[in-house]
Amino acid sequence: MPARAVDNSQSGRLVLLCLAAWILPGAGHLWLGRRTTGLILLVALPLMFAIGLGVEGRLFPFTLSEPLVCLAAIADLGIGVPYFVASGLGLGAGRVLAATYEYGNAFLIAAGLLNLLVVVDAYDIALGRK
Amino acid sequence: MQSHLLLLVLFAFFVSLVFALLSKDDVKEQLRFGALLLAGFIAAAIVLGWLMYPFPL
Repeated sequence: MPARAVDNSQSGRLVLLCLAAWILPGAGHLWLGRRTTGLILLVALPLMFAIGLGVEGRLFPFTLSEPLVCLAAIADLGIGVPYFVASGLGLGAGRVLAATYEYGNAFLIAAGLLNLLVVVDAYDIALGRK
Repeated sequence: MQSHLLLLVLFAFFVSLVFALLSKDDVKEQLRFGALLLAGFIAAAIVLGWLMYPFPL
């Protein structure tokens, strides 16, 4: 097989791996054979996201006129499937007056950002950097 | 769940767990690093909380 074809199939595999790792937290590590790490991430990150929803955190909208809100929305989206499930079920409206509102936001945003970090880690492992 | 301390500890736990899993490969090192991070997060939050106590909002 020519070198270019190998490169293309390798980069296609990497894109798929990163997509899987983003969509389902821990899926990238499971794909790469790191079963324990993958399973822990698969449980921990959605649980963190669920706690954020449970304590009345808000899933921020993509409002381009408010850059910080937009950044928070991108961070929320980082968790993958749980974000779409929560949005579909109408969860994450957030209640500003709730005592735990800011905690909820911190849980939701951090869960998404940690999952993005997990995606980068899976990418590094696939490239043999780790 | 209204306890701020419990939420703080839970948050620190999840962040420590993920950092430990990603930054160390050996299970013993992961446990040690994760425990250190968790203790550090909680201690820092309590110390900073008390340091901010005299200041008005």
